[in-house]
Amino acid sequence: MSRTAPGFAQPAAHRIRGPAALALCIALLPLAFANNYYYEVAVLVGLNAITCVGLNLLVGYAGQISLGHAGFFGLGAYGSAILTARYGWPPLGALVAVTPGVAALAYLIGRPILRLKGHYLAMATLGMGVIISIVIATEDRWTGGPDGMSVPPLSVFGFTLQGERAWYWVVGGCLLLAVWLALNLIESPVGRALRALHGSEVGAEVAGIDSARAKLMVFVVSAVYASAAGSLAAHYSGFITPSKVTFFHSIELVTMVVFGGMASVFGAVAGAAVLTMLPQFLTLFKEYETVVFGAVMMGTMIFMPRGLVPSLATLFADRGPSKVPP
Amino acid sequence: MSLLRVERMSKEFGGVHAVEGLDFAIEPGAVFSIIGPNGAGKTTLINLLTGVYKPSAGRILFAGRDLTGRAPYEFAAAGMARTFQNLQVFFNMTALENVMVGRHLHERCSLAAAMLRFPSLARAERACREYAVGLMEFVGLGEHVGARADSLSYGALKRLEIARALAAEPKLLLLDEPAAGLNQTETQGIDALVTQLAARGVTVVLVEHNMRLVMGVSHEILVLDYGKKLAQGDAATVGNDPRVIEAYLGAGVA
Ligand SMILES: Nc1ncnc2c1ncn2[C@@H]1O[C@H](COP(=O)(O)OP(=O)(O)O)[C@@H](O)[C@H]1O
Ligand SMILES: [Mg+2]
Repeated sequence: MSRTAPGFAQPAAHRIRGPAALALCIALLPLAFANNYYYEVAVLVGLNAITCVGLNLLVGYAGQISLGHAGFFGLGAYGSAILTARYGWPPLGALVAVTPGVAALAYLIGRPILRLKGHYLAMATLGMGVIISIVIATEDRWTGGPDGMSVPPLSVFGFTLQGERAWYWVVGGCLLLAVWLALNLIESPVGRALRALHGSEVGAEVAGIDSARAKLMVFVVSAVYASAAGSLAAHYSGFITPSKVTFFHSIELVTMVVFGGMASVFGAVAGAAVLTMLPQFLTLFKEYETVVFGAVMMGTMIFMPRGLVPSLATLFADRGPSKVPP
Repeated sequence: MSLLRVERMSKEFGGVHAVEGLDFAIEPGAVFSIIGPNGAGKTTLINLLTGVYKPSAGRILFAGRDLTGRAPYEFAAAGMARTFQNLQVFFNMTALENVMVGRHLHERCSLAAAMLRFPSLARAERACREYAVGLMEFVGLGEHVGARADSLSYGALKRLEIARALAAEPKLLLLDEPAAGLNQTETQGIDALVTQLAARGVTVVLVEHNMRLVMGVSHEILVLDYGKKLAQGDAATVGNDPRVIEAYLGAGVA
């Protein structure tokens, strides 16, 4: 007996049920929030989740790798910061200008490097991320260098967005939008083409899929997700430093995707949530914090090699009433 | 006019002449079979014909266009679809989605339409799904519509690739050993399917070891040996050619 497995694209009902469940989660979560600190962590989770949902399209669905996505996050963040702080642009105008700018740059960078495969692609994207981070750290006239720079708050038509609570709802809404767009993409001919070239590139090509073009497209889309999250993050925190543009942050993002579950939109959200919150809890372990963090990571990957969400979904599906004995 | 014409085509792999100086043409509506011993260059030829390999020399003209040196997706766009001897199934998708990918060229949509799920796209998707279900039923996979591709048997996967290729509504369908690795019952099923396609007037390039099928359905047979053309003609001509008999049965018999 065969059934549609979790991690595979789900039929129409799931496209509505998933986002509805997420919306409910976002709506009800504040009931459990004791103070502003919870909101603060939730906003960080949301911003990472947006980046990871985009990155998962590239990594989990299309089967490509990027070890430089923090670079796109940084370009979005610093692009918005520079245009608003140094040139007095309205934040929304800056966002609308920076995002296609980063998309264009991702296109130019992606064209040559996405011809590479596997480890070579990993190295090339790693190099890309490192270059972006060095440029941001050294061009201190614009970026403030390692000391960082302050960023004006997000204001739309004279209304200024301030405080963790207001931000929570805005980021929550953006995450829902990000998830909805991603689910639509995956369930479309474009998304099928991406998943197909992951399954067999030659099989996809002979079905008429221009794999180079498809890879480039999803690379640009994932860069746009990261850039938009970066712009929001800059306005939210009001002060940015190159620490979020580092190689380490790129690795963190890929880890969230793999941990949550590749080729699972909600896996990316879950991965971002767990790995953003985990360090907050692990402060209990004081100097052993990173050791425990590493142990949790290793344990998850050993016992749930497909990642959190796909593994748990299989577990529950197997225990469900629909189970037919083999 | 011929649907496909190959001129002086060769493919070399570091000194090995896998295909050497081939010339032939395929007429629309014909079943064109390629036979030859293992290692004769049949798969290499299919790969050349579909753009998966670039020829070391020679030209390919398809539907009036010179496609030499183009990418496989451009061959597909020109009207070719194929299956693989060693399967190239999308195991990360459902069986039905595999067939839906086959409709890619008929299902073009913009990134914006995809991400915002325009109503026109939702309609097209339903039609695509129905078309793919119909093809799965046609190849005998009706009960596997909701299954994951990686839950299918080898025989079912062979059929799945045929359904995926048919989904493109190709001008030319290339089948590389569709019955290889199957048991006798499964082989008979594939034979029936190929015969059915031939009867429908689909232009087919068939690589196959089952001589009864080849002799039965082919309008034209190309015999390869060490990458070179050994003989070409209809079943009677090829079947009575002493060089073919020798290559197949060994020098002692001929
Ligand atoms: N990608 C390749 N690289 C090197 N040699 C190859 C490659 N593909 C095929 N060959 C060689 O070309 C010859 C023909 O192989 P193939 O086309 O697979 O034969 P057939 O399909 O008729 O059994 C063999 O000698 C094989 O080793
Ligand atoms: Mg072969």
